Amino acid sequence: MTETTAAQPTEAADAAQPVLDVSDLTVSFPSEAGEVRAVRGVSYSVRPGEVLGIVGESGSGKSVSSMAVLGLLPESAEVTGSVKLAGRELLGLGDAAMSGIRGKDIGMVFQDPLSALTPVYSVGDQIVEAIQVHQSLDRAAARKRAVELLGVVGIPDPRRRVDAFPHEFSGGMRQRAMIAMAIANDPKVIIADEPTTALDVTIQAQVLEVLRTAQEVTGAAIVMITHDLGVIAGFADRVQVMYAGRPVEAGPVDEVYYRPRMPYTIGLLGSIPRLDEARAEGTARRALTPIDGNPPKMVDLAPGCPFAPRCPIAVDQCRTDEPELEIAEGAGHPTSCHRAHEIGAGLDRDAVYPVPALPEAGAIERLPRSERPTVLELDGLVKHFPLTKGAIVKRKVGTVRAVDGISFDIREGETLGLVGESGCGKTTTLLEILDLPSGQAGTVTVFGKDIRGLGRADRKGLRRDMQIVFQDPMAALDARMPVGDILAEPLRTHGWDKARIAARIPELLDMVGLEAEHADRYPQEFSGGQRQRISIARALALEPKLVILDEPVSALDVSIQAGVLNLLDELKTRLGLSYLFVAHDLSVVRHIADRIAVMYLGRIVELGAADAVFAAPSHPYTQALLSAVPLPDPRKERERGRILLSGDLPSPADVPSGCRFAGRCPKYAGLGDGEQARCRDEDPAAAVLGPDHTAACHYATALDVVPATAPH
Amino acid sequence: MGRYLLRRLANYLVLVVVAASLTYFLAGLSLNPRAKFEGRNPPLPEASITKTLDDYNMNPDTPILSRFGHWADGVVHGDLGKTIEGDDVNDDFGRRVGVSTRLLLIAALIGSLGGVALGAFGAIRQYRLFDRFTTLASFFVLAMPVFVIGVALKIGATALNDGSQTIKVLGEYDPQYAGQWNLDALVNRAQHMLLPALTLIILQVALYSRYQRSTMLDVLGSDFLRTARAKGLRKGKALVKHGLRTAILPVVPLLVYNIVLLFTGATFTEKTFGWHGMGELLVDSINKQDVNSVATVGLFTAVLVLIAGLLSDLLYAALDPRVRVR
Repeated sequence: MTETTAAQPTEAADAAQPVLDVSDLTVSFPSEAGEVRAVRGVSYSVRPGEVLGIVGESGSGKSVSSMAVLGLLPESAEVTGSVKLAGRELLGLGDAAMSGIRGKDIGMVFQDPLSALTPVYSVGDQIVEAIQVHQSLDRAAARKRAVELLGVVGIPDPRRRVDAFPHEFSGGMRQRAMIAMAIANDPKVIIADEPTTALDVTIQAQVLEVLRTAQEVTGAAIVMITHDLGVIAGFADRVQVMYAGRPVEAGPVDEVYYRPRMPYTIGLLGSIPRLDEARAEGTARRALTPIDGNPPKMVDLAPGCPFAPRCPIAVDQCRTDEPELEIAEGAGHPTSCHRAHEIGAGLDRDAVYPVPALPEAGAIERLPRSERPTVLELDGLVKHFPLTKGAIVKRKVGTVRAVDGISFDIREGETLGLVGESGCGKTTTLLEILDLPSGQAGTVTVFGKDIRGLGRADRKGLRRDMQIVFQDPMAALDARMPVGDILAEPLRTHGWDKARIAARIPELLDMVGLEAEHADRYPQEFSGGQRQRISIARALALEPKLVILDEPVSALDVSIQAGVLNLLDELKTRLGLSYLFVAHDLSVVRHIADRIAVMYLGRIVELGAADAVFAAPSHPYTQALLSAVPLPDPRKERERGRILLSGDLPSPADVPSGCRFAGRCPKYAGLGDGEQARCRDEDPAAAVLGPDHTAACHYATALDVVPATAPH
Repeated sequence: MGRYLLRRLANYLVLVVVAASLTYFLAGLSLNPRAKFEGRNPPLPEASITKTLDDYNMNPDTPILSRFGHWADGVVHGDLGKTIEGDDVNDDFGRRVGVSTRLLLIAALIGSLGGVALGAFGAIRQYRLFDRFTTLASFFVLAMPVFVIGVALKIGATALNDGSQTIKVLGEYDPQYAGQWNLDALVNRAQHMLLPALTLIILQVALYSRYQRSTMLDVLGSDFLRTARAKGLRKGKALVKHGLRTAILPVVPLLVYNIVLLFTGATFTEKTFGWHGMGELLVDSINKQDVNSVATVGLFTAVLVLIAGLLSDLLYAALDPRVRVR
């Protein structure tokens, strides 16, 4: 393949021969619908010490191709092509021969650390097993090595933790243990398949750091498979973009990120919301450029370029001939596009995708915040769960302080982004608001009414004005109900008559960009993005004023996510909605939120106008969170320092006294004794830092952690 | 962990007392031992019947609470009372537990091992010929009443014997070997054991293999199995060491309860093959209006539940670190 010659190898790897050389790999599976051609000709090679990133959305064949390299596909899969490890052909080897290579020459890190370790053996035993399969070490020596490896990957107190079972480890620690296993036999290649996707962003930063260490220790080549362009930007030397089972663009990261020549890559880069997106005061936000349509089914692919149906600049040739991956005239790296020679030359990259127009800000959005009516106000909301023991007589043995006194308000026409890592209390907060509670401490005021004094009928009325969109569009829609019924259900519940409902359904479908005929279809006939649109339509059916969005785009691929985010933006302005937008992805929140609340262990640690918080994050946790988010910009990523947090989120059942964050705080270490004592003993109150910006830290000072870009 | 088990033990003990008492009340109130004596020919004098019933603590005219008090007092002191024939329940009970144990031990061992192996292998070969055949055969067995299997085996054995007595179809041993434990006696016992044990094994294999197959299927696609392969374990080793080891967990309580409760549950097998075990006692004692024996079966079954519960807790904790309380 041309790619290997075109790539600019890193200095260290210059002379070295490729350690893993994959050429023209194809994988197909039989299925009831026909032959699924999951991988249709993948070629790449990596040299020792080099990192190759493979990016693509779900179904692009990136994981299947790596499983094919390891020979771990089900027996029904048909694999052709060639996979050479240090010159030795792997395809066609039997299980015995491959078992000698797996775990020894090729280490593997998988996506979901929670399920990737066998629950019934201790972490140490599993590492020992990995060592003893390939090395003739006795148990004691292997165990010693396992302790050593756990130390390398940064497990605190490895001598003791080696006997822990997987369930006693957090997600981040399990992923570290996986990495320890992968490097146990000094592999030549480490294949990491979405190694950080299931982890929180601060843990992701830790794990990427560990992977880097692992590479330094072993000198292995890394093949990093991910959907996250940000992770690749900072981690990989070269990148390969996959679409419909084939690489469509490949090259050094700088080349691909700054000078992409394939419309799909351009679309991907344009569709991700960015943390470093700067907004000039008062201007409308940048619309994301979604890629229309969905990736093709890999059964009976139509001739021509598989991306052509979604490509805004496709020409007739694209629909008949599939382009080869080759270096176009004037380009520095190979792409598979018939028009690659024009892109970046005669054809402006930014003009490939039409930028969707966002509606003008409505009347309410132009009003200053203080003059808008308040939609939702929480004041000192508390939700504690008792921890009980005993089967018949329950004794209280502790308290889980899931939400421990949080206050914020949302004004009309405003989006509040609530961010925080898993376990910080985001979901409990949402459920409490939806539940309209009257117990425990704190008040919830909805549309100016304190919900404590409300009767059943009033509560029902409030519920009509407050709707929710859930994270997983697959699970949130009843698979046995046609879409029309799903949309009609809330209307019927609130006593709309038949004629009105019948008129409302096409209106709703149209509002979210679907067709009126779709009302007769069932949810499984729709793609993920379309289902999320249906969920949004259902939430909007009753013309609510406040919509609660619980991670609405985190289950979607980036190219689809952009469309949904744009839709949410548009609906907000058109219908005068307010959003409470809960997410763990700070880039998404940066894109959509007007104000932001950062949660940590049941408390809000920083709150304020999004521009203020992102420009001058002042709580050390916010700073760490922001600095951990990888930017899809290789140059910036290389130059950025990260604030790495130590350890994991403490349990909300065991909240530290004083400042909850002190134990992990990067700032705490640099403080004097007296100041440290204050952090330990005194729970910090929210300090006012600006007109709309507070942070709950005794020593809050702004820190620039995200290098800004000039506005688009 | 120790405290947890002690608490469980206390719970089970309460259960045993309640279950055994209720069985006694039920038997004492609904059975009519007098009828057993009244039907005799030549007829017994009324006074003598009453005397016998009083001696055996079975007189329905005595208030049930008073009879229960008497029985419970005996049980606490290790005396299970008299059978309706006037023998000690203790002796009969001891003999029968021995019979049941000999029958069940081997059958349970082979049955559970066979069931687990068949189920796991069926899962690995899902929808292949082996899996389809074992699935069909299992459901065929499960759909068939036990005595049909027993009688069918008997008929098959008779045909195989072809006039000889190689496979015995009735009893535990031939009378001349009573009380002997030499080689001949053991061979004779084995000849008798074959069919009833086979009946139980077939049943258990069919049942356990279904459960094991489905739990194994859940594990086959799991990430940790893929991890084990990625470490360099061969397919077979990974399947057994990581797959089956995890897939057997949910089956353990089922195995333990089934095996332990087979002590009083192998009624049809015992009846079909003329083994005088606990299962037979359950049916026979009810037929004979034998209140004390029925109560003993009830008590014994409750104790079996206790043992099964504790055993399955212990075994589960030994196998699964996630449930261990530290």
